[in-house]
Amino acid sequence: MNIHEYQAKELFKKFDIPIPRGRVAFNLKEAKEIAEELAVLPVVVKAQIHAGGRGKGGGVKLAASLEEAAKVAGEILGMTLVTHQTGPEGKKVGKILIEEGLDIDKELYLGVVPDRATASLVFMASEAGGMDIEEVAASTPEKIIKQQVRPGEGLQPFQGRALAYGLNLEPEVVKQFIPVVAKLYNLFMKHDCSLVEINPLVITRDKKLVALDAKINFDDNALYRQQEIEDYRDLTEEEALEVEASKYNLNYIKLDGNIGNMVNGAGLAMATMDIIKLAGAEPANFLDVGGGASAEMVENGFRIILSDKNVRGVLINIFGGILRCDILARGVVEAANKVGIQVPVVIRMEGTNVEEGRRILDESGLALQVAADVWDAASKVATIAKSA
Amino acid sequence: MSILVDENTRLLVQGITGKEGQFHTRQCVEYGTTVVAGVTPGKGGQHMDSIPVFNTVEQARRETDANVSMIFVPPAFAADAIMESVFAGIEVVVAITEGIPVLDMMKVYHVVKAGSSHLIGPNCPGIISPGKCKVGIMPGPIHREGIVGVVSRSGTLTYEVVDQLTKNGVGQSTCLGIGGDPVIGTNFIDALKLFEADPDTRGIVMVGEIGGSAEEDAAEFIVREVSKPVIGFVAGLTAPPGRRMGHAGAIISGSSGTAQAKIEAMEKAGITVVRNLGELGKTAAEVFSV
Repeated sequence: MNIHEYQAKELFKKFDIPIPRGRVAFNLKEAKEIAEELAVLPVVVKAQIHAGGRGKGGGVKLAASLEEAAKVAGEILGMTLVTHQTGPEGKKVGKILIEEGLDIDKELYLGVVPDRATASLVFMASEAGGMDIEEVAASTPEKIIKQQVRPGEGLQPFQGRALAYGLNLEPEVVKQFIPVVAKLYNLFMKHDCSLVEINPLVITRDKKLVALDAKINFDDNALYRQQEIEDYRDLTEEEALEVEASKYNLNYIKLDGNIGNMVNGAGLAMATMDIIKLAGAEPANFLDVGGGASAEMVENGFRIILSDKNVRGVLINIFGGILRCDILARGVVEAANKVGIQVPVVIRMEGTNVEEGRRILDESGLALQVAADVWDAASKVATIAKSA
Repeated sequence: MSILVDENTRLLVQGITGKEGQFHTRQCVEYGTTVVAGVTPGKGGQHMDSIPVFNTVEQARRETDANVSMIFVPPAFAADAIMESVFAGIEVVVAITEGIPVLDMMKVYHVVKAGSSHLIGPNCPGIISPGKCKVGIMPGPIHREGIVGVVSRSGTLTYEVVDQLTKNGVGQSTCLGIGGDPVIGTNFIDALKLFEADPDTRGIVMVGEIGGSAEEDAAEFIVREVSKPVIGFVAGLTAPPGRRMGHAGAIISGSSGTAQAKIEAMEKAGITVVRNLGELGKTAAEVFSV
């Protein structure tokens, strides 16, 4: 799960990680009030959306006067911000963060990510702050200092020192940096984060260390024990159909193609998308109805897929195994009748009683094409896409 | 032969009295697996069918000589259940549970590695040595005893692969799903080592997906240490970056973890990578010349 920068900074504040003074505004009136309240110039106006690259897209602006602050706040609020992470359609800005502008001497990077291969957390720090850390890692890997922490053992004091001295910080900044590392670790562990990033972590001209930006992602698997974090969820940032699907416990991701597909199991679902593409069509979505694939899940899956107006055909690929195909077939027919399907549907299913299942589909009177195997299914659906 | 589970497996099921636990225990028994015990705290002394239920794994192991456990415990309690089996000295621990927080698994991982237990999963379909023993939720009848080892990060995609192998006359020594989570007990390399050492496994099918670098690491290992022919498949060529594709571990982060990079690394290592899933069984029959 993602949250906004202003929410991440709220968490930083709770953990006593220094942030610039400022608050979030939902309308122009609030924005003006906050700018006045700050009583310093310049102020910074930052669009709050769930995507990186906001600065380059024109979503972050400095204002030298209160009038200018009001002007840029008005420009950013309500704008459709396009960045490399939003896709070409962009995202509408509904919230802005108004903060004091700082007199910056140096920009650092500090982040924590899980490392799968070593089952540990990796702290990464760099003097090349303010840049895309992936680019730094690719072009100048020597500029990134790392420390590996095993959550069972916890962060050791020497690791904070290793990062601080590795960055060649001045003594008075070292003293501020080491506690920030420890606090970041505590935040990560306490709230089941999957990423915490401060980019940049700035040193001001008066030698103060401040988190100028904040990005936090959370482990979805742990949300059951993170109620406070779940309250941060902003549904307006998510694709409406995906929110709808999550209500039915369906794993749905909308894509740009026109062939809807419904599959049981995530790996097979990805492989099905791939084979649709290989056959010459474009998948409209990823949809995993779960290993079991009950009739109810299939019905809800149909509703979600068909809400996407681009969909010209649907491929259902269910590898039942233990699941009985006759029951599944009845479920599909029932769901198709209930939902009222207007597009051609290709079904490939495998499992116990598959012959009986195919007979039920054939005799249903619905416009269902039964495929023999996964390639046959993809080819059939690609033909549909071409004629659509 | 086979790896990790066989006719000597004495299975214990943690969470045996739950709906899933009951259903899949019965399926395992039907396949021929020797299920000797179940564990559900508070239900010690009861029976599930004729299988004795215990309060703790330690007691169950002592009284029944169980050497493999299969876990159906809900995610909030699953890390603890794995630890319990490890501390009780269970040799192979198969965690089916999906949805365990990654920080819990990071703690468990190092405990497992410090001991002598072998953890498979979590978030996996389990392991089967066809004709001998099934420890998991996979459909038994699609498998056929034979000479090819299958290792996969997925569930139903593994069934698809195995089904094609069987239909093309390629039997399996052991098939294991290592799980779709970012932190898992057994990775590709662990499984490849075991298959390489197993004299009755003559070839290996490796099924990967987007996220992480396990496939790339495995490819490097194969160049150095694996003499047997390997066929590969990677799911997720059309997956968008930055999105979690069902499995917690299936996510392209920035430019790392793409299917394209994995396929390239695997092909460079001499692995026959199948692009069209529909042709996997046929390709396997050719490569393994059965």
